[in-house]
Amino acid sequence: MNIEKDNQFVIEGKLALPYQYFSGRTGSRFLIRLRDDKKINGLKCNACNKVFVPPRSTCEICGETIQDNWVEVKDTGTVTGFTVVRYSEPHQPVKAPYILALIKLDGADTPFAHIVQGIAIENMKVGLKVKAKFAEKTTSTIMDINCFMPAG
Amino acid sequence: MKKNRNVGVIGVGQSKYSSHREEVNQPEMIHEAVVAALNHSGITLDDVDCIVHGNMELFEMVHQPDLWHTLGTGSYGKETLRVTTGGTTGATLVAVADQLVASGLHDVVMAIGFEKLQEGHTTGGITNMADPLWARQLQTGALTGMTAADVIEEFGEQRAKMASMKYRIIMDKHAMKNDKAHRRLGLEFDQAEDLAKNSPALVGELRMIHMCSQSDGACVMIFASEEKAKQFCKQPAWIKDHVTVHREESFCIFGEPDYVTSHRYAAEKLFGRNGITDPLNQIDMFEMYDPSSWWGLDWIREFLMLEGDSHIKMIENGDICIDGKFPINPSGGVTASNPIGATAMVRVAEAALQIMGDAGEHQIPKPVNQAMASGFGGTMWTVLFLLTKDVPW
Ligand SMILES: [Zn+2]
Repeated sequence: MNIEKDNQFVIEGKLALPYQYFSGRTGSRFLIRLRDDKKINGLKCNACNKVFVPPRSTCEICGETIQDNWVEVKDTGTVTGFTVVRYSEPHQPVKAPYILALIKLDGADTPFAHIVQGIAIENMKVGLKVKAKFAEKTTSTIMDINCFMPAG
Repeated sequence: MKKNRNVGVIGVGQSKYSSHREEVNQPEMIHEAVVAALNHSGITLDDVDCIVHGNMELFEMVHQPDLWHTLGTGSYGKETLRVTTGGTTGATLVAVADQLVASGLHDVVMAIGFEKLQEGHTTGGITNMADPLWARQLQTGALTGMTAADVIEEFGEQRAKMASMKYRIIMDKHAMKNDKAHRRLGLEFDQAEDLAKNSPALVGELRMIHMCSQSDGACVMIFASEEKAKQFCKQPAWIKDHVTVHREESFCIFGEPDYVTSHRYAAEKLFGRNGITDPLNQIDMFEMYDPSSWWGLDWIREFLMLEGDSHIKMIENGDICIDGKFPINPSGGVTASNPIGATAMVRVAEAALQIMGDAGEHQIPKPVNQAMASGFGGTMWTVLFLLTKDVPW
């Protein structure tokens, strides 16, 4: 028997890590506008001339507080990057395979992640123009946008 | 002992401490303290060379929170490092910032300690990995009734209980003067008997009323080299010295060994190399990390290297009150506010505010030329600071 390698015990452990977090007044306002008016809002830093979607209450470039500078952006945008999720997990909103893309909305300077449907995976490409499809029933989450679909 | 160059605290900012801050996310809460510290020091983010960030590991279940927090810290494009040393994190952040400036590597360093305890699960972060068989130690020290039992054994039940309760009520009276404090209960001294008997028991004679809170909040301190400190600030609080002592506690089959506590060990070193032979007279105030009023009471003796019952007498005589002979925790201390990753930094920040004369309603009504502040963590860890009003060297 090679005692360096054989008969080595493993002690099993398991962590349970329940947690929660607040989206805060800025994040909550973004979700409320989405839920009640089907409008997508961002926050603008006038000094840097950048519109952040999702909203950031401080400008990450210059550090200014911008939490009151709400601007509405369009529900159309451009895919700046994407991946294909090919495995299913209980927490996922849709069944795999699906496309998870970074979408820069018209009027925003930052992309945000969402699901793109209505296009075959093999036809998916960066630069695709997409439009938000709002959910029929609200969940008060970002899934009030059901997904993005190819525009036009 | 002499530092390479002098380091001064030129700004302090604190968020409001509270059991819950649902209106802000983590970077937003931190940003409040960042803005307050910049305003206090009168500098802008452009003047800051480096940012040190820290909190308890895993308490909010966020990996590398310093990256996300860039949104609130202003560390975009700046050198940033993260420090996490358990309960002493806030104190270690101060030690690191001090060293970064003292070494000459940076002129202005901003240190940020935070915790948003309501968003996580503290037990997950500190106890789940424990297995005494392999010396994977249980690293939660704060909730212990052992000190209460020891103090009661040494000084008798009535005297011990009344002293710890008087300590608690003094801390609450201090917290009432500090609008940042989390728990401001408005306790009166004539409630002592009732509270000692009827406050819900946690472990033995450690009761709910004795115990620190679980708070959300952030603290920010700005450190500058002597040249910059004098340029930006009329009265910086100088970091003269600090000592870190981390030891591991474990149950000993040979019985209780005789040992020097990390607090007394740190005090001995700090006093020795700074010519302090009579701390009660040479030091003007002390901000102590007091996780419970039993520990607060007991640790006065350790930190001030006292013997017998003189620490109990200090409480009985009201010496530790804000207007007493030796004020302790005019901020209200940790039993009032405990945003853990910030808590130890708040001690140094509050001592600095006393020296700068900027503590507001809880400013001590006598000159503060030399102040001491302590951090605590683990099973028995200490970081001990000495701050001065005069430039140390
Ligand atoms: Zn900006």
